[in-house]
Amino acid sequence: MRAHVLDALGTVYDPELDEPITSLQFVTSCDVSADGDVDVRLRLPTPQCAPNFAYLMAADARNAVRRLPEVRDVTVVLEDHFTGDEINAAVGRGEAFAQAFPGETEGGLDALRELFHRKALVARQSRLCEALLAKGATPEEVTARRVADLPDEPDARRCLELRAHLGIAGHADAPAFVLPNGEPIAAADLRHWLRIARLVRLSLETNGGICRSLLRVRYDLADPEEVAA
Amino acid sequence: MYEHNGEKYFIMDSHLHFWDASPENWVKGQEQYAKGWIECFHAYQALGPPATHWSIEKFQKYSEEDFVSDVFEEGHVDVGVFESTYLKEWYTEGFNTTERNARLADKHPGKLITNGRWDPREGEAGLKQLEEDAKRYGLKGVKLYTAEWLNGSRGWTLEDPEAAPFLEKCQELGIVNIHVHKGPTIWPLDKDAFDPKDIDVAATSFPELNFIVEHVGLPRIEDFCFMATQEPNVYAGLSVVVGGLMHARPRFFANVMGELLFWVGEDKMLFGSDYGIWEPKWQVEGLVDWNYPDEDYSDYPACTTASKKKILGLNAAKLYGVDVPQEYRLPDEAGTPAAPEDAQLVEGAA
Repeated sequence: MRAHVLDALGTVYDPELDEPITSLQFVTSCDVSADGDVDVRLRLPTPQCAPNFAYLMAADARNAVRRLPEVRDVTVVLEDHFTGDEINAAVGRGEAFAQAFPGETEGGLDALRELFHRKALVARQSRLCEALLAKGATPEEVTARRVADLPDEPDARRCLELRAHLGIAGHADAPAFVLPNGEPIAAADLRHWLRIARLVRLSLETNGGICRSLLRVRYDLADPEEVAA
Repeated sequence: MYEHNGEKYFIMDSHLHFWDASPENWVKGQEQYAKGWIECFHAYQALGPPATHWSIEKFQKYSEEDFVSDVFEEGHVDVGVFESTYLKEWYTEGFNTTERNARLADKHPGKLITNGRWDPREGEAGLKQLEEDAKRYGLKGVKLYTAEWLNGSRGWTLEDPEAAPFLEKCQELGIVNIHVHKGPTIWPLDKDAFDPKDIDVAATSFPELNFIVEHVGLPRIEDFCFMATQEPNVYAGLSVVVGGLMHARPRFFANVMGELLFWVGEDKMLFGSDYGIWEPKWQVEGLVDWNYPDEDYSDYPACTTASKKKILGLNAAKLYGVDVPQEYRLPDEAGTPAAPEDAQLVEGAA
């Protein structure tokens, strides 16, 4: 059952980095009792990580585990964080972000999440496009691809998840590479789009790199290989 | 100054600190924040070469002797700019105040420029204080930290109407260099606190002021670059980029430098060591020696000796009106602008 819980946690993404909290090593521990009670501890690279993203990860983790039929009670605790008390109390009661920080918010976190889904989609599509161009495809060939032509690999699968979150059609005949509004990228615009997309991707990857380094130092973890940007 | 392969570099470090984060300075009841803050900084130091790491005790409060040795004697720095960070909710005397910086600067005439600060939430009293500080320290710049906590508020933005009178006051007092550091919190907390769009708004409204975005807007390099390429008065502060990436993540560092050279351009990039987080010596020497690791980076603009001279000192000297001796200057001061053609396509594209 613990394996199921860990699988569920693997579907929870750091919204800012678009990576699962498990591969980021944000899950400190995951304990399952004989009765099916689950206790998950989360940690972040710095005590000052932004409260909105921290809340999303804690709340998403709780929801992902609660969906498992065999699970009884779920406790998710964000450790060593400057707003940990507020976040843990709200998440434990199933409350929204606004209730964790009364008077300090204007709305929910949907807009924030959507913004980062858009960035993530740009970043991942650019990796797929560049791989095609590197193999000799022309811009026309790249932009003519349909969803059905996408390879069965992590970036492509995640692109389809992100499209679903963003309400962008992802059926087999839909264009493989799209702008945030769902319009296909035009062949003539591909070079410029990639120039911009590459920067968005670099920002995400660089932040991921810094987060990994800081987490490693903070919790004395093994040094991971540098991920080529 | 730093001399290498017969080339002479005038070094201006645009981001220096002289802080006191020792336990004696922690506000009662706020110890966890004061301790967490400095430990987080200390973790950043670990991203530099191991030989340059300090113990947490030294890191909490380093001495004047350490500063002089690390920055001027070993670190090649000709002129440094002191940036303040107050955090008075956590540190009794402040973390790194203008007063504390100025006391050290006074002992090294011509070597250290003291920048001030302001906070729009302080209103009229804050404006008065800024005027006094400008007179007292001869301010040419300020450092703004938008995630500073104050009376229950966890931050502010340059778009807040309360910020405009402060920017006007800066313009009036000749405080032309506005260093901005985004932090993890602003009001409201549900917004992306790192989004630099408020700087864009301020830079457009105040074209006579220079906005130096510290840490190149990290963790939002892309938003920063899209803005900087369109705003002539927005500059890239390289603190954390060099210290945090050059050693720990060399390929990311190469990509970030390449993108900055492309979007922002070598005339608008300023070296900053962020000392005491990282010592300037290895950063200056490493940057002078640096080039792209391989041909994977051939798309990016070259980083020439002239580019490095600008980034390491000449650009900042211009902003602060520092007189650079002839032997360190470039024969032709004309620069390579960042890509204007691509800049036009930025809006709405990503």
